[in-house]
Amino acid sequence: MSLYHLQKLIYQLNRDPAVRRQYEQNFEELLAGYELTAEERGAIREPDIGLLYVMGVNGQLLMHYAALRGFEWDAYLEAMREGERRHGPVRTGLYKRAGGTS
Amino acid sequence: MSLVFAGVLSHAPGITGRAERADPTLRDAFYASLDRMRLELEAARPDALVVIGAEHFANFFMNNMPSLCVGMADAYEGPIEDVEWLRIARTRVPGAAELSQRLIAEMMHEVDLAYAQEWRFDHGIMVPLNFLTPRYDLPVIPVNINCQGPPLIPLARCWAFGRALRRACDAAAERIAVVGTGGISHWPATPDSGKINEAWDRAFLEKFLANRRDELLAYTDEETYRDAGQGGFEIRTFIALAGCTEGSRSELWFYAPIPIFAVGCTVAVVRIEPLITD
Repeated sequence: MSLYHLQKLIYQLNRDPAVRRQYEQNFEELLAGYELTAEERGAIREPDIGLLYVMGVNGQLLMHYAALRGFEWDAYLEAMREGERRHGPVRTGLYKRAGGTS
Repeated sequence: MSLVFAGVLSHAPGITGRAERADPTLRDAFYASLDRMRLELEAARPDALVVIGAEHFANFFMNNMPSLCVGMADAYEGPIEDVEWLRIARTRVPGAAELSQRLIAEMMHEVDLAYAQEWRFDHGIMVPLNFLTPRYDLPVIPVNINCQGPPLIPLARCWAFGRALRRACDAAAERIAVVGTGGISHWPATPDSGKINEAWDRAFLEKFLANRRDELLAYTDEETYRDAGQGGFEIRTFIALAGCTEGSRSELWFYAPIPIFAVGCTVAVVRIEPLITD
């Protein structure tokens, strides 16, 4: 269920101005409000966009988080590719069934 | 007959957000087809536009995910995304709450629906509106089909929803336009973004244009995922529109893969025939 909480954090960050303000003012306090593993917390804090993708975060959530963290479009796509190279295929979620990408 | 216009079109955020990176010849031809669609929509003099879309975690999340949801508000706002990213200015879009309520109540005789009196549009609705109602002066009724978080509604239920929508439109005095908006094959927001299975798209479109119900409903999600990517699940919006226009053929005004838009860009308009009732 942890992926659920990780995605919920990004969902709320993407859409809720109050959550966005908390992200800007006290990121650690915001993170503490979600049930995240240490790996998830590290990936979102850094951010390791590639690892978040491999963890199974839906791209429709992740692309906006990547943009928020300053990733231009091509850099965002490359970060996901690098994530697969470093961390292996997508572990769970909607993108897992393909058994990796081309 | 109060369904006065129906069609399908693409909605990918790159269509506006990465416009300058597309082949200008293809892009401009696509935009011209969208503008032709706007003119035909305006000529139909609709009182409201129903947009059957597939939003992307703007309003609906896995804490409470409806398979089908219809907007029932006096007004909406969009886009929810960063306006610089999408390059569509944030605006207020008029709704048609009372008409929505009547349509929903009528459809509920045949299908189970959720409704929402708050709804912020993402690119899935704002990109179509940007081209079809650029002055945001036509009341909009949004419909969301969950195409993102499985389990997803079966295709036959999307068709049934479309038929229920048609019957509800036909029972209303207002002149109603309906568009479906989704991708066909595409792998958006993945490392394969830009990949498009043109052969699969064209085979799907052939079935859609001829309104061949049984062939459209024969797709399985496993096949769609394999051949058309997770974005292919959005064929549900096309199939709902096909159910809404059962028995009617469509004209394909534009189809071309535009990889930087991450989708085979599509514009098709239905030549509406009366619905044959059971």
